[in-house]
Amino acid sequence: MRKLFILASIFLSFTLIAAACGSGDTTSVGLVFDIGGEGDQSFNDSAAAGITRAEETFDISATKVSPNSDGSNRADLLQLQADSSDIVIAVGFLFEDDAVEVGTANPEINFAVVDSSMLTPDNAPHADNIAGLVFSEEQGSFLVGAAAALTTDTDTLGFIGGVCCFGLIEKFEAGFRAGAQAVKPNIEIVAQYITEFPDFDGFNAPDRAREIALAIFDSGADIIYHAAGGAGAGMFAAAKEHSEATGSKVWGIGVDSDQYHTVGPEVQDYVLTSMLKRVDNAVFEIIKAHRDGTFSAGEIRYDLSVDGVGYSTSGGFLNAAIVERLETFKAQIIDGSIVVPTDPAQVGG
Amino acid sequence: MAEHDTGESHRSQAKSIVGASPLSQVLLAAAAPLGAFLFSLIASAIVLIAAGGNPLEAVADMLTHASKLEVQVSMINRATPLYISGVAAAIGFKMNLFNIGVEGQYRMAAIFAAYVGGAVVLPSVLHIGLIVLAAMVIGGLWGGLAGLLYTHRGVNEVIGTIMLNGVALGVIAWLVRRWQAEGAITEVGVGTEPIADSGLLPNLNFIPELFGDLRANEELTGVLVIAIIVGIAYYLLLNRTVFGYDLRASGLNPFAARAGGVPPRKMALTAMLLSGSVAGLVGLAEIFDKGRYDPNFVGFLGFNGIAVALLGRNNPVGIAVGALLWAFLDATSDILQVTQTAPKEIIDIMRGIILLTVVIGYEVVRRVRERTEAARTAARLAEATP
Repeated sequence: MRKLFILASIFLSFTLIAAACGSGDTTSVGLVFDIGGEGDQSFNDSAAAGITRAEETFDISATKVSPNSDGSNRADLLQLQADSSDIVIAVGFLFEDDAVEVGTANPEINFAVVDSSMLTPDNAPHADNIAGLVFSEEQGSFLVGAAAALTTDTDTLGFIGGVCCFGLIEKFEAGFRAGAQAVKPNIEIVAQYITEFPDFDGFNAPDRAREIALAIFDSGADIIYHAAGGAGAGMFAAAKEHSEATGSKVWGIGVDSDQYHTVGPEVQDYVLTSMLKRVDNAVFEIIKAHRDGTFSAGEIRYDLSVDGVGYSTSGGFLNAAIVERLETFKAQIIDGSIVVPTDPAQVGG
Repeated sequence: MAEHDTGESHRSQAKSIVGASPLSQVLLAAAAPLGAFLFSLIASAIVLIAAGGNPLEAVADMLTHASKLEVQVSMINRATPLYISGVAAAIGFKMNLFNIGVEGQYRMAAIFAAYVGGAVVLPSVLHIGLIVLAAMVIGGLWGGLAGLLYTHRGVNEVIGTIMLNGVALGVIAWLVRRWQAEGAITEVGVGTEPIADSGLLPNLNFIPELFGDLRANEELTGVLVIAIIVGIAYYLLLNRTVFGYDLRASGLNPFAARAGGVPPRKMALTAMLLSGSVAGLVGLAEIFDKGRYDPNFVGFLGFNGIAVALLGRNNPVGIAVGALLWAFLDATSDILQVTQTAPKEIIDIMRGIILLTVVIGYEVVRRVRERTEAARTAARLAEATP
């Protein structure tokens, strides 16, 4: 009886919270960008696009803020946004600790952090109001890896990671390797990372990405996939440079956004495809869930089955036969007949 | 920087000879930073108006925000490591050594201190003492390394410390993966083994709580006490010890100091060791707050410390004013983003203007002083000669 009473009161309090949040009134959304802020043509802009779409669809008002370059004010910004918003969305795993702290101190506000599962070591949510939006990057990377293997003439591919050794970018490499090997088991893949955790400069070092890309192209690769945020621009520049110098065309593969549309017209022709990470969808969906009163704490995963990740065909460089193969792979990943590894060591990395 | 100090020393020597009134000295000294702040306000207001903003609204937002207790606490929390960093830089400056390496020194110190703190459980006083000591020793060693390169291999200290910053980042990248809690990186956002509660410096929440309530997740860092001790020690060291006298003398005129029996190598090395060990304390606020070293670890405190030392003119009180000013601008840039009365970049513009104006202001003040003193001396000489 006692238990029943407790259960009932917990349930009741949930519905009350949901009712308070989910009315038809204007929802105020506070977005806190990762370092780099709006205008990075990649990760942060994808989140901003989600906000824009939500503004067009729902009655919301959004405030967007960016942290200092030293990141010292992340917690303060979360708190400020919490003071004036119904839901606070933080873009990037670096907000993990601060979001737990500010989130538990503001239980009436919903918090969502992109790229972090926001779970305790026991895989439980930190609090009822803290959600983590994570992506199955390895699945999207598998598809662009397969696309690369189907396109290559030299049977050698390259991978450039922004920052190694903290477990996120390795998922891209593992998926890429697995996808390429699914098409050509003996394909050679040269992988290199720009910086090592906790030095995050690699995500913003196009000059170093260019050097590495030129070296990989020189070693015989004709397609490189980058998971290096803003540094990727250097790889596309290198692809153009190498192609023009040697007369044989080499390619780059973009990441996060459809980079065919973001890299600029002069290197557009070198963007074979992009691994899409739909941060915009995740941001849109969490705002929708908040408004509908269906906000759920803990990990919310965006994988191929919900189009959380994918590949782009802009530019038309992937022919129909390749796209057909990719769609087959996609179906197999969704139905579970292909399980994509997340650790490069499992696939010869 | 150093040239200014040299100028000031001549002036202060001249002052003791000529004996200008103390009040006018204070007014002149205060004129530069105050004038710089006012000028930067006006200049950034013009920039804001040009960009279509309303400077009055922006300033009102900043002041309203800064009047909140929790914002003041956060400002002091930001100013505390900045102050320590400023003092670390100032120790080098006094000796005419440009220690750009505070950045690398405090980060190295922080990861070692967090590792040591996480590896043991001791009675609270010992545990905290051990962490503080580890931070000072590692910071001192890293600074001392640059000092050794300078004194024994002739490596310019600017180049040496900048390069060692890069080396420090690399070493930390290597260490942090080996020192991960539970042995491996499984998720992003992990760090070194958490420090037991006995190793965490208690907060000073009782002070702000005299004035009002704090939110559950807000606290006033206990490192403030360490910062105050550092400031007092710095003042005493400079002004009340033989070493401090030698330090200032070597900074002002190394040749004269050497002729006076001050060993230049030993002084340079000691200054770098000292500067480094103070730099080691910069990361403590973050360690005691987070309880470990994690990839979020706050950066750029070393570089901002140089700006703060420059603002405060290596004076222990001046550095505090500089650190608080920087923290005020930091904290209020947040609210500007939320109210959207002005882009937060206006704060960067203000900082740049303040720094430039302060440097120019000091130079102008120095020239005015020199001229008036020269005139006064000439007048006295004229009186003395019949």
